This record gives sequence, C-alpha cells and structure tokens, in this order.
Amino acid sequence: MLNIVNKSPAERNALESCLRVAQGGAILLIEDAVYAATRGNAAEATLRDALSRFKVYALAPDLEARGMHDRVMEGIATVDYGGFVDLVAEHKTCQSWL
Amino acid sequence: MSSIEVNGKSYETDEEGYLVNLTEWNEDVGKYLAQTESVEMTDQHWEVINFLRDYYNEFQIAPAVRVLTKAIGKKLGAEKGTSQYLYELFPYGPAKQACKIAGLPKPTGCV
Amino acid sequence: MSEGTIKKFMFVNRKAPYGTVYALESLEVVLITAAFDQDVSLVFMDDGVFQLKKGQQTKGIENKNFSPTYRALDGYDIEKLYVEEEALAARGLTEDDLLVDVAVMSRADLGKLMEEMDVVLSF
Repeated sequence: MLNIVNKSPAERNALESCLRVAQGGAILLIEDAVYAATRGNAAEATLRDALSRFKVYALAPDLEARGMHDRVMEGIATVDYGGFVDLVAEHKTCQSWL
Repeated sequence: MSSIEVNGKSYETDEEGYLVNLTEWNEDVGKYLAQTESVEMTDQHWEVINFLRDYYNEFQIAPAVRVLTKAIGKKLGAEKGTSQYLYELFPYGPAKQACKIAGLPKPTGCV
Repeated sequence: MSEGTIKKFMFVNRKAPYGTVYALESLEVVLITAAFDQDVSLVFMDDGVFQLKKGQQTKGIENKNFSPTYRALDGYDIEKLYVEEEALAARGLTEDDLLVDVAVMSRADLGKLMEEMDVVLSF
C-alpha cells in the first residue's frame, strides 16, 4: 500500500491517523505534508519511529517551493513527479489520507 | 482572451488590455501599449516604466499609487515623488496606465 | 468607514503557503487594507510561520512565488509583524530562517495583543 498524505502534521491529523492505522508499506508526503519530513518539526520523532515500519518519501518540488529542501531528515527519500508515478505504479493500492 | 500584434508577433492580453505574460514584454510592446493609452513616451515616462518593472521583479507585485510615489521620490528625486508629477505623465492614473505600459498586472486594490 | 477613522486591524496567518490559497488571499487583503491608511498588524502562527521561510522556489510546482511580496510590506508602512515563538520552535525554524524582520513573541503575549485590536481577521 502506498499512503499519500498532503496535509501539514500541525494542521490536520492525517499523518497521525495514517501512522496509527496503516500496516506498513510506503508513505509519500506531498504538498503541505512535506513539512513533516523536515528536521526539527514537532512530528519528527513520530515519523522517525515510523521509518522502521514504512519507507517514507517526500515530493521534491513541494519541498523546494517551501524552501525546505535542504532540511529533510535522514532516512526519508525525495522523489520528483516521475518518482511519484513510479511509486503509484509499484504499489497495488494507493490511499490518499485527506 | 484578446491579443495584440507587435512586429508580427502576437501577445495575449486580458479583456482590459493588460499583458498576460509579463516576461514577453519588450520596449516595442511598451510603445504599442502606450499608443493604445494615447501616451506620448518620453525619457521621463520610460524612467517610471523601468522603475515599475524593477519594483515588480523585486517584490512580485505592482505597487499602489501611494507606495509608488514614495518610492519614486526616494529613488529618482523628491521633485518626481509627487502624485502631480506622475499624473502629468500618466493622466489616467500612474498605477493603472503605467503598469499597463510596463506589461505588469493591474495593481492589487486598484479598481 | 468614515474618513479619518483609523482602526487597529490584525491579520492572523495560520496556514502554510501553496497547499491552500489562504496565505496569498490574506496578503492581498493586507495590501488593500494598507491603501486605506489603517493601523495594520500581521501575526504568523501555527503553519503560518512557513509563509516567511527564506529560499522558496516554486518553479517545480508552477505556482507564483509570492514570498518576495512580504518584503514590500515595509514600503506600504506595514511594520508590525509578529511571529509566534512556539510555532517557530515546533517547526525547526529560527528567526534567521525568515525573509523579513519580525518581532518574535510568546503565545501568551500574542493573545494579549489580540485583545487590543478593533478588527481581527484570521486566515
């Protein structure tokens, strides 16, 4: 399962719910959810714990747009739009946590 | 969408005649737009047009008249930083008319 | 609004840029309000502090980068920018990460400041 999250962890509990419920697989952080992937944010520890259960990706153009591309935490891979498509193709199912 | 044609090239404009894509602007387009506004361009006009384009590049907005007046006074001399001076150059409103000639969008808050 | 009446306006920005249109809409309303010579304060709290992050590059998402416009506020005589201290810390940011000069304030002090306003608009 590819879990896609697009809301900031400080504004909505989409990421929190995803981490609590989803049984592993991959998480792709896009739009405002990319803030969760950055060092020093309040969700950092939670996401770091989840790295043992999930492969976590963040969308590079969204990081760049927000000026956060140089502070992605270790263990999270960045992908471009092509990588986004590959991830969707690689996984049997996708869930968007709105 | 409407368009204008300058030197054989077509440029998209909105329904009020403002250039849609400001990166397409060049001096000839500026001259053409001035003609549609019946403004006879002089060095003083170009000074304001160039100032506006620089301002837009730096801040990504077209300034309000009050802000433009103050900023022009600071950069080009106090005698030019008056709304009277700018209205003499651009009788139908410096922000509105000069922005159009400079290829910028209509200033925020300008109706 | 009768002529000569100056009210204290506060705009509270609580959302990140680009993900939603709130940040840009707020900025446009702020610029319009400034044209009417009002007393304008801006607060950036929660994810709103991200609006002021340096180094935004929006080419990849094909959005307009409106972050340089915050630097124009000074020219509009909007000089009261307040940022929530706790919000910065929770996002791994410091004052040095911001593209304009701001006053960093605690949550409690911001709350007190809000009490002094005539109009508070939240975005």
